Amino acid sequence: MSEPVIKCEAVYKIFGENAKKMLQDSNGNVDAKTFQENGCIVGVNNASFEVSKGEMLVVMGLSGSGKSTLLRCISRLTDATGGKIFIEGQDLLQLNNKELIELRRNKMGMVFQSFALLPHKTVVENIAFPLQIKGIKTEDSINKAMDMVKLVGLDGRENYFPRELSGGQQQRVGIARSLAVEPDIWFLDEPFSALDPLIRKEMQDEFLRLQDKLQKTIMFITHDFDEALKLADRIAIMKDGIIEQLDTPANIVLNPATEYVRKFTEEVPREKVLLIEDVMESSTTDNLGDLKVLKDEIIENVAEKILTQEKSVAVIDNNNKIVGSINPTKIINTVFGGRKNNN
Amino acid sequence: MELIKKYPKLFQWLFLLIVFFALCFAIDVPETYKFIRGQAEFVKDPNQSSFVFLGKEVRYYAFDVFWRLPPLLGWLPIWINDSLFFLMNEWMPIEFWNEDTQEYRTRPLVLQISRNLTAFMTFLIELIREILLGGLETIVAFTSWDWIDKNPWAELPGLPWTIVAAGSAILAYKLSGKGLALFAGLVMVYISIFGQWKPSMQTLSFILVAAPLSFIFGLGLGIAAFKSKRVEKALYPILLVMQTMPQYAVLVPALVLFGVGDHAAVIITMVVAVPPMILLTILGLRAIPPEVIEAGRMSGCNNWQLMFKVLIPTARRDILIGVNQVIMVCFSMAVISAFIGAKGLGFNLLLALNQLNIGLALEAGLCISLIAILLDKMSLAWANKQTDYFGNLTFYQRNKNILFFVATVIIGIVLAYVGTFLFKDSYNYLFEVPHNKGISTADFWNKGVDWIFDTFFVYIKAFNTWLIQDVLQPMRALYLRMPAVATLVLVVGAGYLIGGIRSALVVCGLTLFIAFSPWWDRALVTAYMATFGVIVSCIIGFTVGTLCFQNKHSASFMLGVCDIFQTFPSFVYLIPVMMLFGITDTSVLIAVIVYATIPATRYTIEGLRSVPVGLHDAATMSGVNKFQRLTKIEFPLAFPHMMLGLNQTIVFALFMVIIGAFIGTEDLGQYILKALSDKKGAGIGFTLGICVAFIGLIFDNLIRTWVEKRKKHLGIN
Repeated sequence: MSEPVIKCEAVYKIFGENAKKMLQDSNGNVDAKTFQENGCIVGVNNASFEVSKGEMLVVMGLSGSGKSTLLRCISRLTDATGGKIFIEGQDLLQLNNKELIELRRNKMGMVFQSFALLPHKTVVENIAFPLQIKGIKTEDSINKAMDMVKLVGLDGRENYFPRELSGGQQQRVGIARSLAVEPDIWFLDEPFSALDPLIRKEMQDEFLRLQDKLQKTIMFITHDFDEALKLADRIAIMKDGIIEQLDTPANIVLNPATEYVRKFTEEVPREKVLLIEDVMESSTTDNLGDLKVLKDEIIENVAEKILTQEKSVAVIDNNNKIVGSINPTKIINTVFGGRKNNN
Repeated sequence: MELIKKYPKLFQWLFLLIVFFALCFAIDVPETYKFIRGQAEFVKDPNQSSFVFLGKEVRYYAFDVFWRLPPLLGWLPIWINDSLFFLMNEWMPIEFWNEDTQEYRTRPLVLQISRNLTAFMTFLIELIREILLGGLETIVAFTSWDWIDKNPWAELPGLPWTIVAAGSAILAYKLSGKGLALFAGLVMVYISIFGQWKPSMQTLSFILVAAPLSFIFGLGLGIAAFKSKRVEKALYPILLVMQTMPQYAVLVPALVLFGVGDHAAVIITMVVAVPPMILLTILGLRAIPPEVIEAGRMSGCNNWQLMFKVLIPTARRDILIGVNQVIMVCFSMAVISAFIGAKGLGFNLLLALNQLNIGLALEAGLCISLIAILLDKMSLAWANKQTDYFGNLTFYQRNKNILFFVATVIIGIVLAYVGTFLFKDSYNYLFEVPHNKGISTADFWNKGVDWIFDTFFVYIKAFNTWLIQDVLQPMRALYLRMPAVATLVLVVGAGYLIGGIRSALVVCGLTLFIAFSPWWDRALVTAYMATFGVIVSCIIGFTVGTLCFQNKHSASFMLGVCDIFQTFPSFVYLIPVMMLFGITDTSVLIAVIVYATIPATRYTIEGLRSVPVGLHDAATMSGVNKFQRLTKIEFPLAFPHMMLGLNQTIVFALFMVIIGAFIGTEDLGQYILKALSDKKGAGIGFTLGICVAFIGLIFDNLIRTWVEKRKKHLGIN
């Protein structure tokens, strides 16, 4: 496996005056309560994980869980109090200001919840802004920005000011701006949280389409569990600065690691999240019906077909090779039953 | 006992008042006590006590310490004065190369700096003044008098008034639209045909130098304070004092440092105008959403790019509001700095007031107010203007306004040239209408004033006498009757009850400073006049504000009126009252009341307006009538904001009371005015200014602390 693009080792972020000293004294054993009594607030508590190239890691947590702080540590908008962060093998915390600016100008893009557009610049000028900051000639940067305008589907509105756009359109500008320098790493901080539900869904689909095309390495922050399930390759669930569980969506739904995570998974419509692969038996019997289903179908799409069968159904991969089987009762258990038994 | 438990605060206040009055009655007025009038303080009297501190002798009448505290700080003004003198004339003599005499000269460093600064300012003012009015000083500055003698053509010709008028109309059109353009044109035409062109342009040139310089310094310091906590902490107390310091008081030290003239006026105007600019810059930069800053950082901005490409453009509106504030302060200073020899409308106004020529004063006052309103509207329009995108406009569309201006310049020059033929024997009215050749309405106004005096003299006099004898004199006597200790107990007690021990200490310190200064009695008189003004202003302001609030249109109208009144330089208020009441305390107090009613009204309306619509609806659905809604919902919620209005009212009242010294009151202002013409006045003037500022700060501290607590309690903000 190639080197991870983002790698965090025991990252801590603690706000307060003698945070550094307290962290050293605690030997990595940070208890939020004792810290709070001493006037420190724990933002991120011992976060370790890796994100590999082209992967989308969604960090999910409620407000105050430290998810945005974690993201800001990795983009070094705030300095982590302890631990190590590597971006493509480079030690982020060792970079000086100049190297950091260089890194941001070439490798990183970020999208913000409140869009954070510059009110005095037009759409195209906003998108060209990071390029101009880099020192690219006005004409070239505008041309490049126009490509981005087309990419996010805002052609015809390039000369509008942010105040003249709807929320969804403004966030398209934000997305285009963050992509203008063609970064490898893409940070998104609750990009769709400020949008209406319908627009949000539209933007999520659009986002998936873009990612399909661009294959960036992504850290995506959200407080919406459904959004996390829909988008993520892997999900990290945070609470009080601690990563409670980091796993694929299916594993989180099927095997919540803590009580806290289980509460989120309870209401999730599993048939919409899980794939056949996630619930099938990998051992095959000979007693299979004629029906064959692909292993990466979502359960919802094939449930009706399977449930009309009497026998177990064969599960095949893309090469038409049988890789397992699934019994109709398993589908019923997964969708309706198993919830309480699962624990 | 039950009652005490139910209303603990009420009983604490009652207790405080009882102690206060007990002290007042317990401490008798010493037989030797009298209010020192006029020059009596300089008389050496064997009954006086004295002490020597830091080599300065302080003489004073000693009383029981409960009655009046000894002026332990009496040495401070003399000391400030001597230090200033030492700094200017003796400290750090350094050799400087003198261009004119071609030799080295020894001069103290500060004096040299001050002279260089002065020369620079003078050059800037002359430059702009000569662009507007013509002259040769600027060219002399680059060449020499000899060169000018040889080349008599080398003189800046000055712009014909037609060009300035048309230019300002075009600028107004670009900033706002037809309405403001028309107003700008009319104002300029008015100034010209009424013969006020020259002084107006002198005032304008003063402002065109003072305002941009104040803007640059204010912005720079604001940015520094935004970036560094330490700078902010260092600036904060200065900003606080400067906000309540009467503008009069800063004149005196400036006089010593920079002498008399326009340049000193510009420097001192900067001292007054920079603080609001700093505050608004900090405010604007603070209001930027953190995500915008982060977006800038993630775009790879370095610190410089972040500040000038992201932060300042985003805070543009607040910063431009700061520009507006700067311009307003400049106008107010344009009049006040006439005391130290600034030329222009302010000087004429002062001169006319001195000669009691109300008509002339009114003309000058009207002119300066009109220009102030014009610049106020223009700068506000600039602040609120949204940039338009003009990427794909033609050359003509993009540069329309510049082209128009070039055209007017040409037409104006042609007209002025034609004028030389038309008015061969007299003045060229198409170039400039001379000061005494315009239409003058002064006679009309003077006659009007005379008529009013002749007709209503009896009533005015009766009112005047009644007010002074039955209201003001007793009130003043009561204030002077307060023993110092009782006042201290009252103020500190109030501080403790409102803001706890911290507030009490701050207030105690401020009061003690005044009590230990030699001017406690004068401060009491200032306090009495301000109190009277504030009470009446608040009654009027709260009533008018509440009434106007009942109707949407009248509320907006009243706020508009407040805007315009606030634009008038404070000195202008003295004109009409002197017209009616002559030179009496009544005049001052009426000016104070008119001036201080503005914030009282404005804050009342704004406070009532800020009550959330949801609450209105909830109240209506509970079936309240209009009166109940006002008393049960709107007043309690608007009250904190109205109290901030009270705070402003006090500051405004203090300002006007001090300015009122010009008419002749017997308070701190009188001494400040006197310090202006005193060779050793710098220290006195400055200390007096601090005293006035501290009176303001005492109330400021108490009110703000209360408001913050109340707002927290109500959950506003």
